[in-house]
Amino acid sequence: MSFIQLAFYFFAAVTVFAAAMVITIRNPVKAALFLVLAFVSAACVWLTLEAEFLAIVLVLVYVGAVMVLFLFVVMMLDINLSRLREGFGEYLPIGGLVAVLMVLEMAIVLSTDDFSEQRLPRPEAHTEGYSNTKELGRLLYTFYVYPFEIAALILLVAIIAAIALTLRKRPETKYQNPAKQVSVRRDDRVRLVKMGAERKRDES
Amino acid sequence: MDLLLTMMQSWPDWVQVALISVAKILLILIPLLLAVAYTTYAERKLIGYMQVRIGPNRVGPRGWLQPIADALKLLTKEIIIPTNANRYLFLMAPVLSITPALAAWAVIPFSDTAVLSQVDAGLLYILALTSLGVYGVIIAGWASNSKYAFLGAMRSAAQIVAYEIAMGFALVGVLMAAGSLNLGEIAAGQAGGFLHWYLWPLFPLFLVYFISGVAETNRAPFDVAEGESELVAGFHVEYSGMAFAVFFMAEYANIILISALTTLMFLGAWHAPVQTSFTLVPPLFWFLGKTAFVLFFFLWFRATFPRYRYDQIMRLGWKVFIPITLVWIAVVGFFIFFTPFGHWFH
Repeated sequence: MSFIQLAFYFFAAVTVFAAAMVITIRNPVKAALFLVLAFVSAACVWLTLEAEFLAIVLVLVYVGAVMVLFLFVVMMLDINLSRLREGFGEYLPIGGLVAVLMVLEMAIVLSTDDFSEQRLPRPEAHTEGYSNTKELGRLLYTFYVYPFEIAALILLVAIIAAIALTLRKRPETKYQNPAKQVSVRRDDRVRLVKMGAERKRDES
Repeated sequence: MDLLLTMMQSWPDWVQVALISVAKILLILIPLLLAVAYTTYAERKLIGYMQVRIGPNRVGPRGWLQPIADALKLLTKEIIIPTNANRYLFLMAPVLSITPALAAWAVIPFSDTAVLSQVDAGLLYILALTSLGVYGVIIAGWASNSKYAFLGAMRSAAQIVAYEIAMGFALVGVLMAAGSLNLGEIAAGQAGGFLHWYLWPLFPLFLVYFISGVAETNRAPFDVAEGESELVAGFHVEYSGMAFAVFFMAEYANIILISALTTLMFLGAWHAPVQTSFTLVPPLFWFLGKTAFVLFFFLWFRATFPRYRYDQIMRLGWKVFIPITLVWIAVVGFFIFFTPFGHWFH
């Protein structure tokens, strides 16, 4: 067994283990952290396929940004665990049925001729100067330029829609106006009052 | 020595490769950890002088052994784990915090030949690793079971996610100028005097990158994550002894890393500023000298600026830095493709 194979089996095993822990562990914060582990080990598997760009972007986007926000929300929500566990036995049969069906479907699809060794030959190892990043960029901006641009546009629309949905002016919320804050003068905030000295009233 | 070499050649290949790699890693890590120790000393001394104090001067001549004494003290202190803290995550957080800070050094070229690993996607690797550092902070805040620590963690998470975007866009500009993700090639593209450094064509991106770097490392004036006056010590308020020291080391290793990266991408890396007899000075000297210069700014900032308010930090990140980087990327692209001045940006 070569080193690459050893690395592949190791990272694949870690991925499967982490993915299993995500759904079985009780603590939601730990589940999110196991999801991070699953992402990182999946990225390592991609590295063994010489797809270093995709691997690093997976870590950058999912681990570095998406999961941070995910953890943020999970920690803030303080989810009640016992409530989540309540329906477990009730849903077990139907959930198990769906799982078995999905495994069967995948087995049927993957055992067809389309996925045989003849149709999908083993990818050849690339030469020394091969750069996955350059190759991907070239393909995305030449051959797949229209699908790529359309995907970008859909994302942009989604971003604007998400912001438009959450951005609502509530009358009771106070907003800061940085321009006003910067241009504020002392006279706007403090008023100096001239007055005569107070004298303590004599007791006698 | 000769005997040792002949002995080594008789070993299998992978043992030799592993041994040489470990030796190289140690060659980077040991000076780095020493630099971390003495950065803390430099910080205390410099801020001392800026505030007309003397700073530490008791341990050793002029206080030179102060960091060693600090390390010894922290090593011998008890690590207290708070009641109801999540034990494993509590102890894992410092490790998660220092691992990316050290691992990122694998792709940093110290001179044209001295680099541990010539990764083609080096810039992406750096970006990915610096974004991982936030996990240590978040997990520490959550696992401590303390509201101060948790508040610090939440602030830090929001801040790092915001500034990472600006940082990434600033690096896109560098990538356009250099035409490569390889840090060695980015540095090589700036050869020939200080006028060829990317500092000039990418000046706005340089500013954005450096300030985002200060924010990303949770340093003053962006240190709301540990703001002493509000949150005691923020996310690491419950940590003591070596666990605290590891957080401390991670912070300083990150500062040095950001300084080194700024040097690499904007200040001409190991190239001498003018093409005279300066080029006879070894490239490593230039690299370390420039890094130390950038590092000085981190300490200077801390002594100079008051802390930003939380909403000001968010505004600066999202509404100022990100638009600046987007506009400048467009400007760089326009100049490279549509005008004869493209060579200014290369």
